[in-house]
Amino acid sequence: MEIQSDVKVKIRVNGTAVSATVQAGDSLLDFLRNQARATDVKCGCNQGDCGTCTVIYDGKAVKSCLVLAAQADGKEVRSLRGLMEDPLMQSLQNAFVECGAVQCGFCTPGMLVASWSLLQENSNPTRGEMRQGISGNLCRCTGYKKIIDAISLAAAQHVVTDGTANLADLADRLDGQAQAKANYLLLGGG
Amino acid sequence: MSITIGKGIPKVDAKHKVRGDTIYADDYSVPGMLYGKVLRSRYPAARILALRTARAEHLEGVYAVITAKDVPHNELTARFGQSTSVGVQFEGVYRVLADEEVRYFGEPIALVAAESPELAEQACEMIEVEYQPLEGIFDPMTAMEPGVRQVAEKQRNIASHFKIRKGNVEEAFAHADVIVEGTYQVPYQDHAYLEPESGVAWVDEDGTINIRVSSQVIEHFREVAEVLNLPHSRVRYLGTWIGGGFGGKEDITVESFLALLAWKTRRPVKLTYTRAESLLTHSKRHPFFMEYKTGATQDGRIVAVQARLISDAGSYSALSPWVLLYATVNAAGPYHVDNVWVDSYAVMTNTPITSAFRGFGAPQVNFAYESQMDELSRRLGIDPLELRQRNFLRQGDSLDTGWVYDRPVAISEAAEKAWYALGPKPAPANPQVAIGHGLGAGMCSYGRLTFLHDTSRSYIKLELDGSAVIRCGVPDLGGGQGHILCQIAAEELGLAIERIKLYITDSQLTPLAGTTTATRQLYMSGNATLKAARVLRTRMLEKASGMLGVPVEDLEVQPGKVLSKSQPEKSIGLVPLVNRMSTEGEELFVESQFNAPFTSIPANEVIEGQIHPDYTFGAYAVEVEVNRETGALRVPRIVACFDVGKALNPVIVEGQIEGGGIQGFGYALTEDMKIEKGIIQTPSFAEYLIPTAVDVPDLETILLESETGLGPYGAKGIGEPPMVSIAPALTNAIYDAVGVRITSLPATPEKILMGLLRHVEKEGG
Ligand code: FES
Ligand code: FES
Repeated sequence: MEIQSDVKVKIRVNGTAVSATVQAGDSLLDFLRNQARATDVKCGCNQGDCGTCTVIYDGKAVKSCLVLAAQADGKEVRSLRGLMEDPLMQSLQNAFVECGAVQCGFCTPGMLVASWSLLQENSNPTRGEMRQGISGNLCRCTGYKKIIDAISLAAAQHVVTDGTANLADLADRLDGQAQAKANYLLLGGG
Repeated sequence: MSITIGKGIPKVDAKHKVRGDTIYADDYSVPGMLYGKVLRSRYPAARILALRTARAEHLEGVYAVITAKDVPHNELTARFGQSTSVGVQFEGVYRVLADEEVRYFGEPIALVAAESPELAEQACEMIEVEYQPLEGIFDPMTAMEPGVRQVAEKQRNIASHFKIRKGNVEEAFAHADVIVEGTYQVPYQDHAYLEPESGVAWVDEDGTINIRVSSQVIEHFREVAEVLNLPHSRVRYLGTWIGGGFGGKEDITVESFLALLAWKTRRPVKLTYTRAESLLTHSKRHPFFMEYKTGATQDGRIVAVQARLISDAGSYSALSPWVLLYATVNAAGPYHVDNVWVDSYAVMTNTPITSAFRGFGAPQVNFAYESQMDELSRRLGIDPLELRQRNFLRQGDSLDTGWVYDRPVAISEAAEKAWYALGPKPAPANPQVAIGHGLGAGMCSYGRLTFLHDTSRSYIKLELDGSAVIRCGVPDLGGGQGHILCQIAAEELGLAIERIKLYITDSQLTPLAGTTTATRQLYMSGNATLKAARVLRTRMLEKASGMLGVPVEDLEVQPGKVLSKSQPEKSIGLVPLVNRMSTEGEELFVESQFNAPFTSIPANEVIEGQIHPDYTFGAYAVEVEVNRETGALRVPRIVACFDVGKALNPVIVEGQIEGGGIQGFGYALTEDMKIEKGIIQTPSFAEYLIPTAVDVPDLETILLESETGLGPYGAKGIGEPPMVSIAPALTNAIYDAVGVRITSLPATPEKILMGLLRHVEKEGG
C-alpha cells in the first residue's frame, strides 16, 4: 500500500477559514464533508458523474470530488449553505419548494448551486439552456421538468426584482404552473 | 369545501431539503465511530476452500473481522413486515455472508470495522480467500435444462413457477382470424438512486442495537434481530429521509452488517457503499425473456393470449417469487381476454441479485403485450387507439386470474386523452428524419399482495395550542409519503400544516406502518391516518355541538375552527375547543389501524381470483424523431394520462408521473447494463447512463380523477404505475417512424440502425 503524505491546508468554506491536515489523494469533497462538516455537499458517486457535490470553487461551479483538497489550499469554497444569504439563491430555494422540484432531495443542494451558477452567467436562459446548464447534475426522481420550472420561476422573479421584467418575454419561457406563479409574483403577490 | 385536499401544497420536507439541512444516512456521525467495509467475492461462482483473517485482525486500528461462522443466524427467510407466513414458494432466502460457496460476483464474504475507511479497506485486502472457481451458470435458459448444476445448493434452479389457465386458448386460437407471435427481452435496470446505501449503528447502554439507515422497510428490524439471535425488541431502526429508493432499498442493504459490527465492537459503526459497490452488487430489475402469442378476430377483438415468461432470478431468490407473480397477473394487461394461458418461471443463475424495482414485474410484461397490440393493429389495419379501445377492461370484466374487476375503469379515456394530445405529426426538420407516434397503455397494482394481510397504523395527537403531532412509521422516499399524512390530518381537523410535527420512521416509537413499497403508503397509511383523524374529528364535533348548542350534523371544520353551517356566526376556535376537551378529560390522541382486504394464500401454482387490492390504469403517447441514416433517436414529446382516482396533491402526483416516466424512458432507451459472465461491466454513471436533463423533453401530464380508488378520498396509488407503458410507447413510435420493431430493450441507436440496414438488404435483395 502506498504511503500517503499529509498536507496541511487552509480553505475558506462559506466564509470561515478551516485548517486541516488532509492526505495528498483526498478530494475537496472529502475535506468538505469530513473535515469542514459541510454535509449539505452530497456524495453520490465520488467520481465526477453525478453533480451532487457541486460547489462554487474559485468563483465557478465545480464538482468538488474532482478537485484535490491539497490544490484548494488558500482558496474560497461556497456550498449551498454559503450562498443562502444571496437573493438569487433564495429565489431558487423558494421556487424549488413551490414547483415541486424536490423529491428525495439528494440532488437538490448540488442542483441549486448549479442553477445559481447558471443564472449568474445568464439571467435569462431558455429552457434548453437551463437543461444544458444542469446536464452534469443527475436527478433520478423528478424527470427534471419541475426543476426547469423552478429555475424559470426563480429567473423570472429575479428579473422582476431587477426591474427589467418584460412580461411577454417571461411568459414565453415559462409554462403551466410556473407561469401562473410568475404572473402572481409579477402582480406583487408572494 | 376542501381545506388542503386537491391543492399543490409544498411538501413539509422540501423546505429542509433546499437548505441542505436534511441529515441523510451518511451525513450522520457519532463520536468514537468506526468505519465498516465489506469484503466481496471476486468470482461469480466458486467454493471457498479457506478464509484466513488473522493478518487483518492484527492490523492496528482494526476492531472486528466477521465471517459467516461469527453470524449467529446466517440464513433466513426474507420477510417484509407482513403479518402472515406465506410458504416457501412465495418467500426468498436472505443470507448475510457467504459460507462455503459464493454465487455471485460481489457477494459479501467478510466484514471489517476499523478506525478509518482506508484502514478498513486495507484490512479487507489482507483477508485471504482461497477460491475454487466453479463453472458459472449465467443464463436462465441453461439453468432450466435438466441435469445442470444447482446455483443454490438447497434450492432448485426454477425457484418459482406460476400458471394462468383461463378459458380454452387452444380452441380460441383455432378460431382466431389473425395470430401474432413475438419474442421479447427486457434487461437489467439499476435503481440508480443518487444516495448510495448507508447507515450508522450503535448499541445502547441496555444492549439495544440502534440502526440509523436509509431503508424502505424499517420492519426489517425483526430479521436483523434474528440474524443476531436477539429478541425483536432489541433492534431498533431509525429510518432516515431516503435519497431515493425505487425498490432498491427494500431488501436489507447495510443493516445486518452494521448490527453485527456494532454488536461485536460495542462501538458505533458507519458503513456507506461506494457507487461502484452499489452498482455492482445491489439488487436489479429482473431481466425477462418472454414468448407471446395473441389471437384476434378480424374486427380486432382479442380472443386469446398465451405467454411464457422466464425471469432471471439471480443468485438469491429475494423477491423474485413475488415479482414473477405480479408479472403473471399482469400478463394480459388491461384488456378483457376470455382465454389466457401463462407459464412463468423464476430461474436462478450466478448473476447479481434481482429483486424489487418500481413496477415489480408489470413493466416487463407490459413491453411484450403492448408490442403485440401494435403488431396486431398493423396486421388488422385498425388504428392503435381504436384497437385497444375495443379490448380495454371494463367494469365487471375479469382479469387473467378470473377475478371480476367490479370498479370503474378509466383506461379508455386515459389512452384517448394521451393519444389525442399528441395531435398531428409535425413535418420532419430534414429528409433524413422520420417522425413516429406510439401508444402504450397499462395497469399496475397498488397495495401489496392481498394474501400478505397488509396493515398500517398511524397516531395523531392534538396539542393545547392547536398544533399537532403525527407519528407514523412510513419511510419517505421523496414521493411525499410523509407529507400527505399532514395534508389529510389538516383537512379533517382544520390544522395548519406548518404546525404539525411529523415523526416517520422509528421502529419502536412510531406505530408500524409497513413498507414504502408496492405503491401502498398513501393507500394504507393515508387511510390509517384518515381513520385516526376522523375519530378525533368526531370527538371535536361532539364537544363543539355541546358548547355551541348546534347538532353535530350542522357543524363543519374549517381552518382553525368549527362552525355551524346554518348559523355561521356560531363557531368555536380550535384552541378553546381543544382546551375544553383537555379539561374534561377527553383523549386528545388516537392511534388507528387500517387493514387491506385479506385473501388466502394461493393453494398451488395456478393463480386464480383476487391477488391485489386494486389497480391504477394509464397510458403514454410519444413522438419520436428517428434518423434514418444513423438510427439516432430524439424524443420531442411524451404525454402521460393516468386515472389517479383523486390527486390529493396534484404537484406531487405530477412529480411521480414525470419521474416515473423518465425512469421508464431510461429503461427503454439509455440504460444499457452490460454483463459478461456474471460480472457487470458498467459500474459507474459514466457507463450506465441514466437520463440527464438534456436527454428528455418536458413530460406532459394529464390527470384523470375518477374518485374510485381505495385510498383516502378515492385516491389510487401512483408511485409505480408511471414506470409502466412508456417503454412500448417509445418502441411502437420507432416502428411507426421507420418500420423497425425493437423486441429487446434498451432501444439503442445501434439496434435501430441494424433494423434499418436489414430493411435495406431486403429491398436490395
Ligand atoms: S460525487 Fe462528485 S460528481 Fe458525483
Ligand atoms: S430529487 Fe431525488 S435525485 Fe433529484
